[in-house]
Amino acid sequence: MVKDTADPKLCLVVDDSRVVRKVARRILEDLGFEVAEAGDGAEALAWARTAMPDAILLDWNMPVMNGLEFLRRLRQEPGGTDPRVIFCSVENDLDRIREALDEGASEYIMKPFDGDIVASKLALAGVL
Amino acid sequence: MTPQDRTFVARLCADRAGLTVDPEKAYLLENRLGPVARREGFASVHEFICAVRDRDEERLIWAAVEAMSPAETAFFREPRVFDQIVDEVLPELAMRRAGGTLRLWAAACGTGQEVYSLAMALEEAAPAGVTLEVFASDLCERRLEKAQAGIYSQFEVQRGLSARRLVRHFEGLEDGFVLSPRVRQMVRWRRVNLIEDLSRLGQFDIVLCRNLMGYFLEDARARVTANLERTLAPGGWLVLGSGEQAPAMAGAPGRPGFFSRVASARAAAA
Repeated sequence: MVKDTADPKLCLVVDDSRVVRKVARRILEDLGFEVAEAGDGAEALAWARTAMPDAILLDWNMPVMNGLEFLRRLRQEPGGTDPRVIFCSVENDLDRIREALDEGASEYIMKPFDGDIVASKLALAGVL
Repeated sequence: MTPQDRTFVARLCADRAGLTVDPEKAYLLENRLGPVARREGFASVHEFICAVRDRDEERLIWAAVEAMSPAETAFFREPRVFDQIVDEVLPELAMRRAGGTLRLWAAACGTGQEVYSLAMALEEAAPAGVTLEVFASDLCERRLEKAQAGIYSQFEVQRGLSARRLVRHFEGLEDGFVLSPRVRQMVRWRRVNLIEDLSRLGQFDIVLCRNLMGYFLEDARARVTANLERTLAPGGWLVLGSGEQAPAMAGAPGRPGFFSRVASARAAAA
C-alpha cells in the first residue's frame, strides 16, 4: 500500500469530466496518492513536463488531445516511459483495450468504476 | 424475518453444511434469502422460511443453505499463490510424476473466478511432460451453473483480472464477457459438500480451498480440513488462504497457506 508513506506517489487524473475527476481524486486520495488533474491530453502533457507522475488515470475520448495521442506523445518525453498509464474509459470493446495495451498502457479500467476496481488495477499496474 | 426464522436458518446451515451464520445479522439473511424467496414464488422471506420448516423438502432446504454459503470471490486473489503453483509447485510435482497426470481441485469455486484463474495461469504456462486435470466444486448448484457458463459482468472482470488476460482469454458479449472455450473446457464440475465423505472424488495433487475456513463452525472446520487432507495424493498440497491454518498438517516455509501431509513433509525432508 502507498498509504502512510512519507513520500506519496503522484497520480495524474486526465478526464474532461469534472465529476469523474472528483470521484477519482477521492478514491486515489483514500489510497494514499497525491492527485493532480488535467481536463485533456494537452493539459496533461504540460503537467507531465513539469512533474512526471508515477501513475496516470487516462480517459480515451477528450477534446484537444485524446488519450491515445497523449500516451504516444508522453512516451517520447524524457522520463515519459516511467509512469504507469491506466486507461479509464467508457470504451469496453476488447479491440480498443488491446489497442491501448499495444500503445503502452499498463492497465485498463472500463467505466463506471468504483474504489475496488481502481485499487485492483493500480495493484496490477504495480503502483499500489 | 422473525428472530425465530433467523435462528432456524442458522441451525439449518450448521446441520447441513457446518456453516456458521450469525442470526443477529438480519440484513445479511434478508439480502441472501430474499432473491431465493422471490424465485420460489413466496411473498416474503418469512413465508419462504415457514415453507422450508413445514414442508421439509430437500430442494427448499438446500435453496436456503446454498444461499447462505460464502459467495465472495474475485479473479487472481493473492496472485502470488498462482505464481507459486505454476512456477514452483507444479514443476516439482511434474518432475516426480513425469509422463503421468496431475489432478488439481478448486474445492469451493463459487462462481468460477478462482478455478478459472488457475486454468488461465496453466493455459499460459503449463509444465511440460504431464497431463493436467482441473476440477471445481461448490456447495451451491446455482453458482456452479454460473461458473460453467463462464460469463462475467464488466464489474466482475475488473476485480483482479489484468487487461492483458481479459483480451487474451475472453470474448466480448453485448452485456459482459465470456471466457474462451479453451479455458472453460479445462475444468470439470461437481457439487460437493465438504463436510461429507470426499473419498469418492479420488486423490489430488493440489487442493485449493482459500478463505473459506472462517465460514465454518469450529468442529466443521476441523472435519473439512481432515476431509481435504485425506484427498491429497502423496506429495500433494492443500492451499488455504494465507492467514488460514491447518494445525494437523505441515506448513511450507516461504509459501504461506500451503500445507502438506505430515508424512509427506517428513519423506521430502529425509
